[in-house]
Amino acid sequence: MEDLLPAILKTLFIIAIAVGAFAPIITWVERKQSAVMQDRIGANRADIAGITLLGLLHPLADVLKLLTKEDVVPQGANRFLHMLAPLIAAIPVIASFAVIPYGGIYEFGETTINLVVADLDWGILYVFAIASVATYGTVIAGWASNNNWSLLGSLRASAQMISYEVTMGLSIVGLFMAFQTLRLTDMALAQDTTFRLLGFLEHFGLFQALPAWLSWIQLPNWGLFLQPLGFLMFLTCVMAENKRPPFDLPEAESELVAGYFTEYSGMRFGLFYMSEFIEVVVIAALTTALFLGGWAIPFLPQETIIGAITPVFGAGVATGLCMVLHVLTFFSKVIVMIWLQMQIRWTLPRPRYDQVMDLCWKIMLPLSLANIVVTALVILAITGGKP
Amino acid sequence: MTAQAFFFYFAAALAVISALGMVLNVRNTVAAAMSLVVTMIALAVVYVVLEAHLVAALQIMVYAGAIVVVFLFVVMLLNLRSDAFSAPRQRLLKAAGGLLALGITASFLALIPTALPAVQELPEGFGGYRAVGLELFTRFVLAFEVSSLLLLAAMVGAVVLAKRRID
Repeated sequence: MEDLLPAILKTLFIIAIAVGAFAPIITWVERKQSAVMQDRIGANRADIAGITLLGLLHPLADVLKLLTKEDVVPQGANRFLHMLAPLIAAIPVIASFAVIPYGGIYEFGETTINLVVADLDWGILYVFAIASVATYGTVIAGWASNNNWSLLGSLRASAQMISYEVTMGLSIVGLFMAFQTLRLTDMALAQDTTFRLLGFLEHFGLFQALPAWLSWIQLPNWGLFLQPLGFLMFLTCVMAENKRPPFDLPEAESELVAGYFTEYSGMRFGLFYMSEFIEVVVIAALTTALFLGGWAIPFLPQETIIGAITPVFGAGVATGLCMVLHVLTFFSKVIVMIWLQMQIRWTLPRPRYDQVMDLCWKIMLPLSLANIVVTALVILAITGGKP
Repeated sequence: MTAQAFFFYFAAALAVISALGMVLNVRNTVAAAMSLVVTMIALAVVYVVLEAHLVAALQIMVYAGAIVVVFLFVVMLLNLRSDAFSAPRQRLLKAAGGLLALGITASFLALIPTALPAVQELPEGFGGYRAVGLELFTRFVLAFEVSSLLLLAAMVGAVVLAKRRID
């Protein structure tokens, strides 16, 4: 039971940061950014005694408005499932934070601190499993609303989400092969190193040993550099899973009013709305852990940082400082990934539904399979078949 | 009671209750399908308690996450009512279903061992993706390849059925 307290603290920390701080702030960022991109001033009206804080009070005003709105259940709808659907959509998204490491493993004398809530051996599979349950939220929402637009939206959502789940899984198999693990902590640890960009020349006997100046050309051992195609495909798939533009076909307002949540009001609509934004944070955190080196600072491995600070402050403080630095690095990378998603969301128009499905089955699926084969061949060439 | 025992009994009870909910929910097919999802997830919890982590993840990803969604998809599109089949045919279907259920129950009863086997120490990494993958590609490679052929045939069949015109 002594594991319980740290686990609760870590859970509270990640929920407070991701759900409590990031999600409301990015609703504001989204409004501000769309305003900048469309040459408007943007959200700036909500104020408390004349203080607007650049519009940062809008999330607060939204919550107040949603809480005081009437919670309408349409006539002829299945009341129980209608009320349940937003919860099914929101809870799995929040639960995915359990396996995402936001810091490394630190040793303070006797105690070891591992900054992840549940360090599962099958971590990434847990994320996929949980994400596939979230599909039911949208499907049930559309059906239980007794509305044709909603039903069409949820049919689109279920087909789109199932299709992209397939490619999402396949697109990172190459990454599993490269890091030889499914545990997210181990993946991030493996990315806390560097590799020589031209090291393969030495391996294949073109050089006895690389000249020193060529050895200096190094890259961090990030998933992004090992699996660039995998990164692009994974990002596309998770964005399609999240159903935000340009993949917002299930809620295309020009065709389906608001799609699967047309009949939702008040805080139940708010749950759908928030789970979308929380998923933006989940996607950012997951791609950071998988492809952007997690908490690792490029070219500065953990031992180097601790080794450099220890003579000044002592081992305990050095480890603590390193931990703080790593957590800050992780969240900075998360912010970059959120920014990238926002850029994509406000840049690209929405394609037609058949184009979205074609992209998945006719382009991404063959590409992801090819990626797996090529990765396997490269690994075979490097290791020579030895495990 | 240990935490494992608690989770096992909780998940097992949930699985049985939701399975009953699926069978008894004859009026509302979508609610029945959702009960099936709960059964699948409860079974996954049982697998986790049994240290079969990979199977648990696959159970949720494949059964709960994909197959039942497709069920729901079909149910929603067809909007089946109970009068879709004629009364004699319904009686026939019910009798056939009852017989099948009896047969399966009988064979299960025959399979249940009377005494519990001795508790074995699990090897390191039991039920993980490494152990299962190694077994799958060494000892059971033939079965693996045969089942992939079967799936390929099913896929081709689905494409042929779904396509209106094959050129």
